[in-house]
Amino acid sequence: MNAFYNFATGPLAWAAFAVFIGGSVYRIWSMIQLAKQKEAAFISYMSLPHALRSIVRWLIPFGTLGWKENPSITLATFLFHICLFVLLIFTPAHEVLWSYAFGFTFPVIPEVLADTLTLVVIGACCFFVHRRLTNIQVRYVTTGKDWLALGIATAPFITGFLASQQFADGQIMTLLHVLCGEAMLVAIPFTRLSHALFQPLTRAYIASEFGAVRHVQDW
Amino acid sequence: MSILDRKIEDPELKRATEGLSADRIEQVINSVLQGEAGARLKAYAETCMRCGMCAPACHYCVSHDMDPSYSPVGKVEQTMGLILRKHGRLTPDEVYGMAQLAYTECNLCRRCVHYCPIGIDTGYIISTVRRICHKLGVTPLYIQDTAHSHSATMNQMWVKEDEWVDSLQWQEDEARDEFPGLRIPLDVEGADIFYSVIAPEPKFRTQLIYQAAAIMKHVGADWTMPSTPGWDNSDMCMFTGDFEMMGRLKRSHFEAAQKLKVRRIVMGECGHAFRSVYDVGNRWLGWKNHPIPIVHSVEYFWELFNEGKIKLTGKYEEPVTIHDPCNIIRGRGLMDKLREVTHHLCSEVIEMSPTREHNYCCAAGGGVINCGPPFKGVRLEGNRIKADQLRATGVKTVVAPCHNCHGGLEDIIHHYQLGIQTKFLGDLIYELMEKPELE
Repeated sequence: MNAFYNFATGPLAWAAFAVFIGGSVYRIWSMIQLAKQKEAAFISYMSLPHALRSIVRWLIPFGTLGWKENPSITLATFLFHICLFVLLIFTPAHEVLWSYAFGFTFPVIPEVLADTLTLVVIGACCFFVHRRLTNIQVRYVTTGKDWLALGIATAPFITGFLASQQFADGQIMTLLHVLCGEAMLVAIPFTRLSHALFQPLTRAYIASEFGAVRHVQDW
Repeated sequence: MSILDRKIEDPELKRATEGLSADRIEQVINSVLQGEAGARLKAYAETCMRCGMCAPACHYCVSHDMDPSYSPVGKVEQTMGLILRKHGRLTPDEVYGMAQLAYTECNLCRRCVHYCPIGIDTGYIISTVRRICHKLGVTPLYIQDTAHSHSATMNQMWVKEDEWVDSLQWQEDEARDEFPGLRIPLDVEGADIFYSVIAPEPKFRTQLIYQAAAIMKHVGADWTMPSTPGWDNSDMCMFTGDFEMMGRLKRSHFEAAQKLKVRRIVMGECGHAFRSVYDVGNRWLGWKNHPIPIVHSVEYFWELFNEGKIKLTGKYEEPVTIHDPCNIIRGRGLMDKLREVTHHLCSEVIEMSPTREHNYCCAAGGGVINCGPPFKGVRLEGNRIKADQLRATGVKTVVAPCHNCHGGLEDIIHHYQLGIQTKFLGDLIYELMEKPELE
């Protein structure tokens, strides 16, 4: 058991990070190459100030028309993403791993806060599931890929919470949590989760067209 | 509900799809996807999270009680989504549905861009679907007729060269009674302004040319119009997906202005033509911007008011509301100038809600009204929200500086019995400006 845990947090973790980073770089690079090859004219309209202006604006909760008119999904989306990044970095157990792997330490959040934020994420995921099943707009266009992405994104938090509560055999849960986290890393470049890579590019493009060419806001 | 549950009979869609084979469909679709589409489509297809946030953006969806088959993502799913799922191997019936949806249930208004966190341009995706339909030869009868007219005459309305010049001279003749000495100067080299219009103006809205000439005379403009093809700035080929023809049209328009060595093009109050000249057709021709400066009438009128060149006898007393045309608001950011000009002309302006760049489309644009009578009901039922918006203002006059918007709004006003009249800015300026006292 310990050996497998060491493998999962050691070589497997490095492999997952390698696939995540390598895969992400490859996906972004190949997308940019495709754009250069097929749509070079459109790249010429890219405007960094307008791109940044739009990206910042869309990072503000309720800062855009879309966020304002969809308040529940806005709340769930922001809570999910903010908690995800906070937990990823500042959970005490994660800090130990960061410290072990890279040799630096930094302040962490209390365990109880980490548990609370994890429950917030799980709550947001439950909301996403509920919405996919009951909202006719969303159900109409939901595919297997959407369920897969949601499942991959939810699993690390459920297992993480159960591990922190020492549910059943805590060690198995911790191992499952590590594996789910690694699965999510590997999945980012190759599933719907790739929106994490491409959203800044698609946002930057439409922001440039709207801001620099058409002189109008895109939010 | 899907598009196949609400098929409408169009003779040309029927004829064209009957002659299609699965192999031909697959070959054409893949030639467009591989030859023309690129990173945008790939990124949009992969990163759309199917969150449904765009549903309340679309007037069709809102007006159909949030029927998901009318939401932007629902429409993409039934067209490009279907294509990608089936790798282009669609049945002729599916092509019919795809064409009907792409040509008549999306105005390419881009309102949904304001709703999408990813920044997906649904208008682009639907345009690509239309491009595929064009290459399959599957386009609705009426809009294809205008595209044929463009090919044969370089204008949208089958106006012959002598009819064009005759129409201008007729309007000049009429206007000289009211404005002695007025001219509609043809082919004047080196003029400040090359004034271009859409073909429906000489065809059935000739008074707009009269009014434009009167305003030009009033402000002492140095202007001209061409006597040769290139005078029509409209472009239904952009909307059918016939981009090759779109390129010919825009080249003809730019070159007509360049031949006359004018300083800039001022375009009449049309939205789609502005889109075509400003950021679509020019790109097809390889111009990053434009070979010659282009100004829409709203901006030109704004300049004239700021320079104090328009003298009014008074203001329009009745309260008005403003309809923001997509192609010059989301397409050019003219919302502030439109308001300044309207406030110069009118005593009271009551805004619609939502307004400016968030305003709902007229449901006529994007070539939808040009698909003709078979699809009139699609526009009317698909834009109940616009009728609600108009009714809520309580006004009896709506200012809309766009031809398609006029057509769409007039149909909606009639259908929902709103008792509202539509006005171009040119209508109001002509009505209110000082005119020479006649003996």
